Amino acid sequence: MNNFVTIRNLTFKRRNRIIFDDVNFDIPKGKITAIMGPSGSGKTTLLKLIGGQLYPQIGTVEVDHQNVHKLSRNKLYQLRRKMGLLFQRGALFTNISVFDNVAFPIREHTNLNEAMIRDLVLMKLEFVGLRNAHQLMPSQLSGGMERRVALARAIALDPQMIMYDEPFTGQDPISMGVLVKLIKELNDSLETTSIIVSHDVAEASSIADYIYLIANGKVIGQGTPEELNKTKSPHVMQFLKGLPDGPVPFHYPGKTLEDDLQLL
Amino acid sequence: MMNNNRRLEILVGLFMIAGFVAFAFLAIKVSGLTTLNNSDTYQVFADFTNIGDLKVRAPVTVAGVTIGRVSSIILDPKTYEARVTLEIENNTKNIPTDSTANIFTAGLLGSNYISITPGFSDVFLKSGDTIENTNQAMILQNIVGQLMYNLNKKE
Amino acid sequence: MIEKIRQLGEKGLDFCESFGYSGMILIRSIIRKPDLKHGFRGLVEQLYNEGILSLIIIMVSALFIGMVLGLQGYNILEKFGTTQALGQLIALSIARELGPVVTALLFAGRAGSALTAEIGLMKATEQLSCMEMMAVDPLHRVIAPRFWAGFISMPVLATIFSAIAIYGGYLVGVKWLGVDSGAFWSNMQATVDFRIDVVNGIIKSFVFGFVATWIAVFQGYNCVPTSEGISRATTRSVVYSSLSVLGLDFILTALMVGGW
Repeated sequence: MNNFVTIRNLTFKRRNRIIFDDVNFDIPKGKITAIMGPSGSGKTTLLKLIGGQLYPQIGTVEVDHQNVHKLSRNKLYQLRRKMGLLFQRGALFTNISVFDNVAFPIREHTNLNEAMIRDLVLMKLEFVGLRNAHQLMPSQLSGGMERRVALARAIALDPQMIMYDEPFTGQDPISMGVLVKLIKELNDSLETTSIIVSHDVAEASSIADYIYLIANGKVIGQGTPEELNKTKSPHVMQFLKGLPDGPVPFHYPGKTLEDDLQLL
Repeated sequence: MMNNNRRLEILVGLFMIAGFVAFAFLAIKVSGLTTLNNSDTYQVFADFTNIGDLKVRAPVTVAGVTIGRVSSIILDPKTYEARVTLEIENNTKNIPTDSTANIFTAGLLGSNYISITPGFSDVFLKSGDTIENTNQAMILQNIVGQLMYNLNKKE
Repeated sequence: MIEKIRQLGEKGLDFCESFGYSGMILIRSIIRKPDLKHGFRGLVEQLYNEGILSLIIIMVSALFIGMVLGLQGYNILEKFGTTQALGQLIALSIARELGPVVTALLFAGRAGSALTAEIGLMKATEQLSCMEMMAVDPLHRVIAPRFWAGFISMPVLATIFSAIAIYGGYLVGVKWLGVDSGAFWSNMQATVDFRIDVVNGIIKSFVFGFVATWIAVFQGYNCVPTSEGISRATTRSVVYSSLSVLGLDFILTALMVGGW
């Protein structure tokens, strides 16, 4: 199989709470894979497991045919240069300018001179449409612009894989459209493997080649967007259509209303 | 960007210089470091029956001028006398061998120091020599006690 | 009762654990081959943030503490008719104790709390985690320069503090209250020993700088990444470093004076 990321029998617990229970994922090379699920279903955790920031209790995570959690520190850091992660809130370095933010990974990992760094950074900023904002500080940017700068930074070293953590959350329709376009373009032009973690069904399914649906630590559905739309599984239906009640109950589990009000 | 870097570096440099200036001030003006330089001193010994409250680093003076410091005090196990090592500055070479070393107190309650009263010999003390004539420290309690004893006797 | 003892034991274990963990963090951040390309620049930046930005508060406090000491000392010494000893009183108390200790307390309040808050905020906004994902160790890039800058700037600040405080005492004692200038300085020089008073004071300030910065960066790095967590960590950073400075001051003084 031509997978960039292969996850097998992954179990991850945090303080006795099971977040993943024996799940498998295959992320094909050069495709956009969306991982969707309700809030709190451990989507961000999954990205951190792939990036080697968290360690699973059971199971293996292989990125580019290397077991992430068996690597030495140096090897792991080398592997991470092939990945970019776009954080949920951008995570720009607030004390340096937009330009320096994008230049940061280039300065860290290459020995290019300042003139070349400048060209590279301006090209990356041009791609996200913020070349003229390169002197601004992160605090002067809007939420959507922040995320675009963070994207420029994540692709600064042309990684083979980019992980997007909730890229559409809290964005107005215009910036959402811009981000969808950028992700699609990146994937098309550079054949970058993309993982999008999201709960915005419409946007994610519009660009994803393959979708995993997770809930309660399990994969409850997978397939191309068309296949998923045809499934009859009530779980999948509820999530994709956004129904308030269904297998995921509207009420927090516990006593029934009748018991609580002592009606009989 | 580049200018900002330079400004930062200059400020930090100035900060470091300010630290050194303050250090020099503490060393020279506050602790008077220049008065004692270990390299150009020579050692002379003196034995005292009682050194009273004499401490290491107490000044050694001639006619009230500081010419050195006490560098160590040990008890001679045979004679039960205190053997005091004096570090004398090299520019005071001409202390006669028959000089007398006294332990005095600065003011009524001040700290003790050694005062050397020059003798008349033509031979001067060399490094490693011992001053033979010494007077022990005046201990205030002893003096007061003697005074009381004498006063009582007269009555 | 048993429950109380159990809680005490739990607290003790927690303390040991975080002490060991913070030591590990420190060792991992400062033991490595120096990186001249990025290291120098980061250090200069942090020296500015921690040293120069603390300079104003240090200088103003030093001047006032020196002046108050001059005034108080004069009033007490006047009763014994030994106002000439004002110089040594001021110089000894500042060079030995007040210089290093007050500087360390002010440093913990000014630079230490800012460090904790800054690192905590970087953690809360995922900047540290992001750096890690970019294959850059935040311990090297964020913690190490801040630690070294604190360790270097604290003795410099303490020396400047001592010099200015003694000058403040001189202003009040000599210029205002009329103590003889010659007696002021010569009495001071006769009693203050360079090795025992000045150098020991500087050694103290190195130790305080080490401890205060260590606590500050660790509290920031280890804080709960929420706004409440950061504010708690900042408070803890100031409280812990102030207490450690005072406690260590006693131990160091005992070692230096008591000749342990």
